[in-house]
Amino acid sequence: MLEPLSQKPTFPHRHLLGIAGLSAQDLTFLLDLAEEAVGVSRQIEKKRTSLRGRTLINLFFEASTRTQSSFELAGKRLGADVMNMSVATSSVKKGETLLDTAMTLNAMRPDIIVVRHAKAGAVHLLANEVDCSVVNAGDGAHEHPTQALLDALTIRRNKGRIEGLVVAICGDILHSRVARSNILSLSALGARVRVIGPSTLLPAGIENMGVEVFRRMEEGLAGADIVMMLRLQRERMDGGFIPSLKEYFRFYGLDEEKLALAKPDALVMHPGPMNRGVEIASRVADGPQSRIREQVEMGVAVRMAVLEALSQHLPNG
Amino acid sequence: MTYRVSPETPPPLALVNARLVDGAADCERRGGVLVLDGDIAAVGPEVTAAALPAGVPVIDCCGDVVTSGLIDMRVFVGEPGAEHRETIASATAAAAAGGVTTLLTRPDTFPPVDEAAVVDFLLRRARDTGRVRLLPTAALTKGLRGEEIAEIGLLLQAGAVAFSNGTHSVRNAQVMRRLLAYARDFDALTIHYAVDEDLVGDGVMNEGERASRLGLAGIPREAEAVMLDRDIRLVNLTGARYHAALVTTTLSVEVIRAAKAAGLPVTCATSINHLTLNENDIGEYRTFLKVAPPLREEDERLALVEALAEGVIDVIVSDHDPQDVETKRLPFAEAEFGAIGVETMLSAGLRLVTSGHLTLPRLIRALSTRPAEILGLPQGRLAVGAPADLIRFDPGEPFVVNRKKLHSRCRNTAFDQARLEGRVKLTLVGGNTVFALSETGEALLS
Repeated sequence: MLEPLSQKPTFPHRHLLGIAGLSAQDLTFLLDLAEEAVGVSRQIEKKRTSLRGRTLINLFFEASTRTQSSFELAGKRLGADVMNMSVATSSVKKGETLLDTAMTLNAMRPDIIVVRHAKAGAVHLLANEVDCSVVNAGDGAHEHPTQALLDALTIRRNKGRIEGLVVAICGDILHSRVARSNILSLSALGARVRVIGPSTLLPAGIENMGVEVFRRMEEGLAGADIVMMLRLQRERMDGGFIPSLKEYFRFYGLDEEKLALAKPDALVMHPGPMNRGVEIASRVADGPQSRIREQVEMGVAVRMAVLEALSQHLPNG
Repeated sequence: MTYRVSPETPPPLALVNARLVDGAADCERRGGVLVLDGDIAAVGPEVTAAALPAGVPVIDCCGDVVTSGLIDMRVFVGEPGAEHRETIASATAAAAAGGVTTLLTRPDTFPPVDEAAVVDFLLRRARDTGRVRLLPTAALTKGLRGEEIAEIGLLLQAGAVAFSNGTHSVRNAQVMRRLLAYARDFDALTIHYAVDEDLVGDGVMNEGERASRLGLAGIPREAEAVMLDRDIRLVNLTGARYHAALVTTTLSVEVIRAAKAAGLPVTCATSINHLTLNENDIGEYRTFLKVAPPLREEDERLALVEALAEGVIDVIVSDHDPQDVETKRLPFAEAEFGAIGVETMLSAGLRLVTSGHLTLPRLIRALSTRPAEILGLPQGRLAVGAPADLIRFDPGEPFVVNRKKLHSRCRNTAFDQARLEGRVKLTLVGGNTVFALSETGEALLS
């Protein structure tokens, strides 16, 4: 178990499995730490030593370029040895290998495992079986906590605050772990969160999750400080949630005309990868209000902060 | 049909100084039961130790409840083809320990129970390895595919007591209409798991805020009600006897209530899980609480308890479904549905009595008497001439469920570490003792 710590930990969690369970204080702590990491990442000498000698495993059951490379870079900048494992899912059913893989990796004595899995709850299941810290890099439609943190950091750096801002999260809320984590974190930090999407892409009971619900972009975008677009999970569209991509773009895609309904200084965000011409027009994605590239930079900083915060709980940490 | 678990005539026995609970009379009184030749020979306050003929062994029940053994209408016994999950020996051992003296087996085995030979196999295996009465439910349609009517007449002759497709629904309304019409000719009971599989889709838990927060696909209550609605219209058309295998929502309760008010030959069951647990018990993805239909909201649970107290819901089943580690230690969406429950059904049900929602006779009525009435069985009541399928328990005796001590081959109980009351102390089937607790609380299987 844990060694007694010389000082009281400032981040009282061993794992980061989701935003649920974190307090506003925890979130602010991580954001402040990430702010420092932004500075580190902009120096020529980017290396720190807080994870020196530690082993970080990126265990991705679902392909991801952005998140995986972001965690890899974050780990390396903190001095950890980073191993990337993309688990092939062709021969065996995904779930069957999950715990076996976890136990195998656990035996190699890693300090932190970063996990992405296609099924909600898979990361919880794994965290119960291993001895090291676990970071959720996205589990099904459940949570993607580091994405929510990097979004919060991007907003805070641009607007100077989060409290009181009107944030509109738009599109496929139903299948989006990014939406769930962002609803939790931004609400906890005092923002007014709206979700906008067609009824077929809104989860049941969403109105009880502390958000305002809109079915039309025109209504939901009015007065928004932040417009957060979600990727339309096209691979999940076979069930016929929407009639066509053309119709979706017409009513729910963010173009300049719809963006004009938000506040003039509204920021446009997207967790990537984008479907240009489906949920967002290129002119908006590349326009002056877009912060999409900055989000990627903040991603590395936030992941450095998370790894560092969790390292306080590692044995001999 | 009835057959003796043991071919020999059991010895006489008297249970005295008991709290007699009769689900049929909806009452309780002090007294005793005299068992002769495997049947109840006398029952009531006049059966006392002093009044008994000499030579009859007497058990002083010290004020414990004595009532008719439970009849569980939905149990998966693993045979044939899934013996790694359960066997008739293990399922009936669990049943005996839980006070269940008659169980109906689910037909969705491997192969399914869609031929007379499989019914015969089950009855022979039960005779050779079973501890309590086992009654086969046969398939409604061949291969459970929902396309062709099974050989209902031949299966009945072989010993099937009812017809069901297990966890499958008959999707095609024309097939359902024809099989109900055909079943009516044989006065066969159709037990249907009414669920619209299209509305279920890839859903894994009750649709609503909890599922949305967990990122799990939801199953709407309507998935059940839509199919049940269709079925009731077809029952109205055909006049067949129909039993809804599992009713878990207020929407379905209303459908059943209306059907009964219209005088249709309709009955229904709900599971002990849906009466005593709700979706919040899933917590952080506890797959042992992944059942089908899914656990609902607390309001729905309370409405089910109320419908049971009113008699709109007739029967409580355990929906015993053993699943091994390989199918449960998975991400929630990938794990199998199902929980074991035959051994804990009575104790879990007593929670409803303790909470004041249900009287003890009403509970026993749903667990024993109503199933017997629906199936036309002579047991399920404390009456002279009925088979001596009896259980004894102290409804106030507390214990903690330990999944490792249950008799099933699988451990997937939704009640692990639950604090329950009322362990079964003695189970008789046809006058034979099939389960007894020792003075020290050790389970003794005969």
